[in-house]
Amino acid sequence: MPRPFTPKVVTGNALLEGDVVYLAEDDSWTRELSRAEVLTDEAHAAVRLLDAQRRPNEAVGVYLADVAPEAEGPEPTHFREEFRRTGPSNYFHGKQAQRQSPEFS
Amino acid sequence: MYRYSEFDAAYVAKRNTEFRAQVERRIDGALTEDEFKPLRLMNGLYLQLHAYMLRVAVPYGTLDARQMRQLAYIAQRWDKGYGHFTTRQNIQFNWPQLRDVPDMLDALAQVEMHAIQTSGNTIRNVTADHFAGAAADEIADPRPVAELIRQWSTDHPEFQFLPRKFKIAVTGAPNDRAVTAAHDIGLRIVKNDAGEIGYQVLVGGGLGRTPMIGKVIADYLPEADLLPYLEAIVSVWNLLGRRDNKYKSRIKITVHEHGIDEIRSLVDARFAELKPAFKGIDQEMLSEIRAAFAPPAFREASTEGYEAARAADPAFRSWADTNLTAHRAPGYAIVQISLKAHGATPGDATSEQMRVMADLAERYGHDELRVSHEQNIVLPHVHKGDLPALYAELKRHGLATANIGRISDIIACPGMDYCALATARSIPIAQEIATRFQQLRNEEDIGDLKIKISGCINACGHHHVGHIGILGLDRAGVENYQITLGGDHTEAASLGQRTGPGFAAEEVVPAIERIVGRYLELRDSAEESFIEAYRRLGMAPFKEALYDDAPERKDKAHAA
Repeated sequence: MPRPFTPKVVTGNALLEGDVVYLAEDDSWTRELSRAEVLTDEAHAAVRLLDAQRRPNEAVGVYLADVAPEAEGPEPTHFREEFRRTGPSNYFHGKQAQRQSPEFS
Repeated sequence: MYRYSEFDAAYVAKRNTEFRAQVERRIDGALTEDEFKPLRLMNGLYLQLHAYMLRVAVPYGTLDARQMRQLAYIAQRWDKGYGHFTTRQNIQFNWPQLRDVPDMLDALAQVEMHAIQTSGNTIRNVTADHFAGAAADEIADPRPVAELIRQWSTDHPEFQFLPRKFKIAVTGAPNDRAVTAAHDIGLRIVKNDAGEIGYQVLVGGGLGRTPMIGKVIADYLPEADLLPYLEAIVSVWNLLGRRDNKYKSRIKITVHEHGIDEIRSLVDARFAELKPAFKGIDQEMLSEIRAAFAPPAFREASTEGYEAARAADPAFRSWADTNLTAHRAPGYAIVQISLKAHGATPGDATSEQMRVMADLAERYGHDELRVSHEQNIVLPHVHKGDLPALYAELKRHGLATANIGRISDIIACPGMDYCALATARSIPIAQEIATRFQQLRNEEDIGDLKIKISGCINACGHHHVGHIGILGLDRAGVENYQITLGGDHTEAASLGQRTGPGFAAEEVVPAIERIVGRYLELRDSAEESFIEAYRRLGMAPFKEALYDDAPERKDKAHAA
């Protein structure tokens, strides 16, 4: 029996900055996992991944990452995605630091 | 030090112009990522977990103050004010933006540096003993031949699309500090019975998924035969190497599958074809290069100040006892600057620290610095009379940690804090171990003990050759760490053996404590090092300490 489809988000790295981005429902790229579009239907997820792949000059290496939908938005289910949405553990750099800047979206 | 010829400078400048245009074409959409990726990798640019990463070669680990200052400038101008020194004597910048990389490469070219062939299926930065040109035990300086190999291998038309990456290391001393046995080719400078300099050549070493100790393919190769012989080895592998399977493509697998004797006869046959094409120009070049590595003018001066400081200041004495190594010139010492302050990220230096080290190299160290594969910085030539002043400056800038060769002098790859290939984090494990043993205050008692940590099976952190090796894996969605014991990175190279089932992240420090505790109980004297005790006692007592003495571990170990 095929494994049941688990919720996903489309994610990759921004071409220019190299940082982690997620595809939002309005087709914008967001730096915040909580604003990413949660995909619960397998066929729709495949279409959204194709949408993202058609924008190779904005994001690189896009793929579907597992998430757990929570009240505050999607949460990572694997530690790699937790690190990607946070930044490194040895310095306060990356997403965790950007989050404090006003223009961060 | 070797200075770029007009040819070198023009080549690097042309390459940078070319890459600048490639970056522009990628940004305006003329190049796809699939087209651009091999081009950026050829120029040392990776896309990692959180950002791009630029890997810059420090050829055979040698730098002058001007170059170190430029690295500091690049880190501050285009990155986050620090750089990470790696186990391949490179420096990595973790946060560049794509548009800035061409400017960073131009800034490197200003000081005769580049990022060419720091990635891709090419011959990578040639590494060497970090004490080259200074060590008391040295037969000859390995850097001239390393530079010759750099020139030969850079953009070598036959070797731009190898089956996989290819790494060469050179040592000029019988005490192997360049881990030559864990390289695709390891070169050891030796003397024959007539007193002539030549090379013992090892082939097929490597760590990673399938670790192998290199095998001797030539016991004594005359100096003039070196380049054609290297070309013969790489050429034989270029044809035989497994391009069908990434995990079987390195030369270690080729040597393993065909046997060293068959490889040797193929190399000999290829060498016979190639040798006539080398008409001695390589040897002329080598002698010019050698002149560039003439030793500095060592001065004769009193070492009284050094002896007085040793007697007066226990902290200085402790630093001197751990961080200095015997120099070949009277009155001189080799100084290691530890980039392993307890709790800090192994191998990281801030721009300010880089500038301090550059200034000190200029003031006290004949303008020379080295990057060690153990992720520390070396001032190879310091007169002992200058050591107290040098130490005071290092201390002021947080660079006087007295722990070289100790349990907190840990090699750690960037792991999943940065690396896209990693399966678990390495840095926090290193930070926790170092911090814990600092609290226990028994590092000096424990003595020489090398812990090496990798965050995936590719083994950038050399875990297989650590006295204690730690390998981070993803086990069912949780970080899990396997421990190996008994590895050795020296001329007596050996691979560590797995103790048994792995440990959760929070179990690693207590596990290391149990191993070290058992060693302290069982060593026959304080002079018997951990690795010596392990060789005498074997795995059993350590395994017992790890699993049987920890009730929560016992059942798991016997179930596995």
